[in-house]
Amino acid sequence: MFVLIVGGGKVGLNVGISLGRLGHEYLIIEQRRTRYQLLHAQLEDHVLFGDGTEMWVLEKAGVERADLVVAVTGDDEDNLVIAELAKHEYGVAKVVARVNNPRNQRTFDLLSVDSTLCAATMTVSMIQHELPSHQFVPLLSLKHERLELVEIEVSEDSPSAHLTVGDVRLPPDVLLAALLRGGAALLPRSDEMLLPGDQVLCLLPPGREKELIRIFLPSRRPEEVQAQATIDVTDEGAT
Amino acid sequence: MYVIVAGCGRVGSSMARRLAAEGHDVVVVDDDRRSFALLGDDFRGHRVVGAAIDWDVLRKAGIEGADAFAAVTDGDNTNIICALIAQRAFEVPCAVARVYDPRRARAFARMGLRTVCPTNDAEDAMVDAIHTCPMPGAGS
Repeated sequence: MFVLIVGGGKVGLNVGISLGRLGHEYLIIEQRRTRYQLLHAQLEDHVLFGDGTEMWVLEKAGVERADLVVAVTGDDEDNLVIAELAKHEYGVAKVVARVNNPRNQRTFDLLSVDSTLCAATMTVSMIQHELPSHQFVPLLSLKHERLELVEIEVSEDSPSAHLTVGDVRLPPDVLLAALLRGGAALLPRSDEMLLPGDQVLCLLPPGREKELIRIFLPSRRPEEVQAQATIDVTDEGAT
Repeated sequence: MYVIVAGCGRVGSSMARRLAAEGHDVVVVDDDRRSFALLGDDFRGHRVVGAAIDWDVLRKAGIEGADAFAAVTDGDNTNIICALIAQRAFEVPCAVARVYDPRRARAFARMGLRTVCPTNDAEDAMVDAIHTCPMPGAGS
């Protein structure tokens, strides 16, 4: 596989190195001269100097034969333009992009990006996961595959508390993947009892979160639970 | 018409003043409050401070009811992306982006975005100016 990486920061560099180890061909485009020189000393011909939003630079890098383009510059507009050009001008099959500011996630979802990674959102999720009193944490979202992984608490008043895994009525297409109790993960065997305070890990298609919240946290408003679990991108910082 | 102008530089401020003088409702968006000075004290439109790719800033500028959107910030990529947001997320009937790079301007035009390329316009004007120069002794 040939992977073209635009942006030679820590993310781009490490993506390149790990793809190289897996035996894939890769090339990193970097536009800052000093950064390029550092990368070149380490990776030699796997780096190209230039602005990866310039079409002649993308073409020199071989974008037309790329199987995957990874846009990981520190600028969201640049990553979005690279993704659009890769998809529509050069017919690249798959484009992955980095979201620097979570407020721009909506734009990445609107345009041609197949999947996104946002360090800020992931960090918030992982911190929530580590906090003792979290009730609902979206852990992973695979947009292209339409699959989410969420962690949710079983509350005292949940109709599923004190039921066995086999007896819990989950919405269609939702899979209970694991049970977390006292810091340990349990396999969701059908005779395992759900206890209040347990965290369950569920796999589900996007949009099913509300049904899940109604089952495990019946006294909470689903909208409120979801809003608390996501980075607020609606108002603060807009002015 | 209700027009949003993103970017209050030389072009943005002049076109905003001109459209407002023609009687249109104009909102200018810029992330630097100081650039509004170019509009002058008698500008009759509105000013919104914020990034033009931020959906909430665009909503605050009234994009949901806008007839036209002009992206003239100092960045080609910012102009392309905010015009695409106006066109695809908010269905503004007329969204235009200024793109200095001729190849990117053509590429995004192929994807259905209206682009204006000052580089091409300057090239044409300059070549035309050279062609029409009165040459001493040329007889015409």
